[in-house]
Amino acid sequence: MKLKQLEGLLGDLQQFSDPKVELEQYPTGPHIASRMLFTAENSFGDISSKVVADFGCGCGTLGAAAALLGAEHVIGIDIDSQSLEIASLNAEDLELDINLIQCDVKNLGWRGQTVDTVVMNPPFGTRKKGADMEFLSVALKIASQAVYSLHKTSTRDHIKRAALRDFNSSSAEVLCELRFDVPQLYKFHKKKEVDIAVDLWRFVPKVNQGKGD
Amino acid sequence: MRLLTHNMLSSNIKGVSNGFPLRIEVGKVVEKQVDFNADFLRNMFPKIEWKAFVDAAKTVGYAELPEEVDSSALESEEFLNKFHHALLELHLEEGALVCPETGRRFPVSKGIPNMLLHEDEV
Repeated sequence: MKLKQLEGLLGDLQQFSDPKVELEQYPTGPHIASRMLFTAENSFGDISSKVVADFGCGCGTLGAAAALLGAEHVIGIDIDSQSLEIASLNAEDLELDINLIQCDVKNLGWRGQTVDTVVMNPPFGTRKKGADMEFLSVALKIASQAVYSLHKTSTRDHIKRAALRDFNSSSAEVLCELRFDVPQLYKFHKKKEVDIAVDLWRFVPKVNQGKGD
Repeated sequence: MRLLTHNMLSSNIKGVSNGFPLRIEVGKVVEKQVDFNADFLRNMFPKIEWKAFVDAAKTVGYAELPEEVDSSALESEEFLNKFHHALLELHLEEGALVCPETGRRFPVSKGIPNMLLHEDEV
């Protein structure tokens, strides 16, 4: 599938109807989502025929992109039932089979590194400090191949240090810097639309011996 | 939810030492056809907890899988077809997953298990 085609399909997906600020629900736009998954597939072969988990999947944009690029098994995990309902409808519209789980990612119970690749647009931790780091920590425990994630560029050094030192990561690389459009979703947003600089990261987890926990 | 997801998910309630495998309570099971991908099955096989998988398949009404198996089975097309069907095509649509240690029920509705923990379970 071509990048433009992927972006077009993702652009038709339904997004949050009533976003919740405490969960930092910002939709992952089709521009960023398509580039993120396209890179994972075409530069690293981390998507097609793989087991892919989408952490904090929201309306399921990244998971849908993974499925469209040929992931064999896609799991979307989110704490919010309304988001999961939309994600389910989105998957149905595109005739994709995506397994959804309602769970707080930081409390996820999982048997070892049985997922190949985790993709995520985590809460940036603006409202709840450290939320993105909790996601990253869990992702690196269940993935065997790679974790793709978006984090604010301003936190780059901190992310790298934590990933390598504390989170079971053998490498942490910024693939590119992107502009994340934050539309005026919430009342506290003074400006109509702002964009913030975010990094697209690729982390490689250390693979532990044995089948799991 | 496919049985593949069930084979990975565990109960993470505070104090539980082994939350895997979750027991399945069946309300409704649906079948959805998926394209056959032998390479995927071969790659996935070593990561599957076989006993939990066979038990889960039986619980949802599919008893064709061998109780014991080693990687030589992957040569057999008949085996791969059964493995494919049980792993990817059977979905728990309604019912529950039950923590093997505490008996706590996690309901499954419209194929989505609700694994949210209560405050005192974290």
